[in-house]
Amino acid sequence: MSASPSLNTWSDALSGLSIGWFPLGLVIVAAIPLVFIALYALTYGVYGERKISAFMQDRLGPMEVGFWGILQTLADILKLLQKEDIVPKMADKFLFVIGPGILFVGSFLAFAVLPFGPAFIGADLNVGLFYAIGIVALEAVGILAAGWGSNNKWALYGAVRSVAQIVSYEIPAAIALLCAAMLAGTLSMQQITMLQAGPGGFMHWFLFTNPIAWLPFLIYFISSLAETNRAPFDIPEAESELVAGYFTEYSGMKFAVIFLAEYGSMFMVSAIISIAFLGGWTSPLPNIGGLELNAMTSGPVWGAFWIIMKGFFFIFVQMWLRWTLPRLRVDQLMYLCWKVLTPFSLVAFVLTAIWVINH
Amino acid sequence: MSEYFSNIKTSATTIATGMGITLKHFFNAVKRKGDAGIDDADYFRQVDGLCTLQYPKEAIPTPPHGRYRLYCDIDDCIGCKQCERACPVQCIKIETIKATSDDLEACGKTSGGQQKRMWVPVFDIDTAKCMTCGICESVCPTDCLYHTPVADFSEFNVENMMYHFGNLSKIEAEAKAKKLAEQQAKAAKEKAAAGGAPGAKPAPKPKPKPAPPQA
Repeated sequence: MSASPSLNTWSDALSGLSIGWFPLGLVIVAAIPLVFIALYALTYGVYGERKISAFMQDRLGPMEVGFWGILQTLADILKLLQKEDIVPKMADKFLFVIGPGILFVGSFLAFAVLPFGPAFIGADLNVGLFYAIGIVALEAVGILAAGWGSNNKWALYGAVRSVAQIVSYEIPAAIALLCAAMLAGTLSMQQITMLQAGPGGFMHWFLFTNPIAWLPFLIYFISSLAETNRAPFDIPEAESELVAGYFTEYSGMKFAVIFLAEYGSMFMVSAIISIAFLGGWTSPLPNIGGLELNAMTSGPVWGAFWIIMKGFFFIFVQMWLRWTLPRLRVDQLMYLCWKVLTPFSLVAFVLTAIWVINH
Repeated sequence: MSEYFSNIKTSATTIATGMGITLKHFFNAVKRKGDAGIDDADYFRQVDGLCTLQYPKEAIPTPPHGRYRLYCDIDDCIGCKQCERACPVQCIKIETIKATSDDLEACGKTSGGQQKRMWVPVFDIDTAKCMTCGICESVCPTDCLYHTPVADFSEFNVENMMYHFGNLSKIEAEAKAKKLAEQQAKAAKEKAAAGGAPGAKPAPKPKPKPAPPQA
């Protein structure tokens, strides 16, 4: 499929921009997702989650700093900045320091292949989806480095649990994404999205164009919760058992970086599921007769709006699940992965293959 | 095998039910929970809505007969010291000076019309000690000592928990004490001149502590 002329125009133009030898445009391309992560984590990630959880529990949440507490996160950041950056005496200092860095880089690197609208993508790799699956595994390294380097039993337990969980759940997640890749016939994120664009809006999305896609969609969503250590799969953090899991010993800005990485990967998996099954940056509104709703709500800016909104919707569902479900036990977690999700993802894989062959 | 699938079915339905409940609460967070008290019939039926009380800005009124911070309406106090003796934790400290006969007018009357015969320069209540038992309130003959509905009166400095209700300044109190001593000395002298008991000496110090009325 040939790329439409307007695809990736903004990011291509930016990457060509440089001042002398300095590739300013490339820095800006990398900075845009970074600024986006920071802003979204600050507003929707922390403040939004606190408010949503509060409302679900009949509370009010932060109310004191600013109107309805909107400046609460800024106050928290200021507090974190002032905190002493403690490295425990018996910690493995090298691993302890680079742990949060690897973690953040792992979640941030995947943003390279997330298309923020038709005109902007960090790197339109032809193996984008594969890259996104692969780079998430880097997070396991960061978590293990942080947990091992802390020299703390809770941190180590959290890290070990987390790695076991991420490694296990990558299998159903990858197979589920493979179903989407099979439906698209490509691994490029922009191409997958383009295939789901059309005047019918949501009717072109993979979730609605074939009868099997709901199964890999659900499987990937459940697995992505486990990969990002969100409830009900938050046993690596398990506040009531492990204090804070692998980041028990962290304080100050390192703690903030770990949090940022967590919110970054939350958006990342939400964006990936939107791209794979819900048409990424395409508008959900269909053209109805003469009313060209789809055409009106398409374009570079609208595309960015739609993918961010879809991502935010799935983040909302993640939060919603977090405040609904209790945490799974370790054996239940493994049962769910190996005895339920993996067989079902294989079934979905075969069914999708049959469907693709017959269409 | 059927158990396997029934487990999956159960988990799917229970998750859906639970998510339905949380979403209902999420959308009901726009309104406050009803304010029906425990006595009302529909107390247990008000499950929806926010239950947070933003305390310093809003508060549930204290019960009408609740006992909280102790307060003394010093204008009605006759200085009988009954509360001081009744207090089980000795949190009330009273010092009184008997009013001289020419001062009775200035000393005034209670709101009940009773003539006050004592100046009360010191009436201290240590609210940090007070256990709000209400005994002082019940023994007070003029009902000038009572518990108010004020429940939140924490302080950073424990010294500030000492509430001073005495209505005479230090200079005034000294003046009244001196006046009383002079009058008593004068009376004793007159008594001696009239052939009183030999043991009656004039009061040497200007700070006599008048005995409590009932002593």
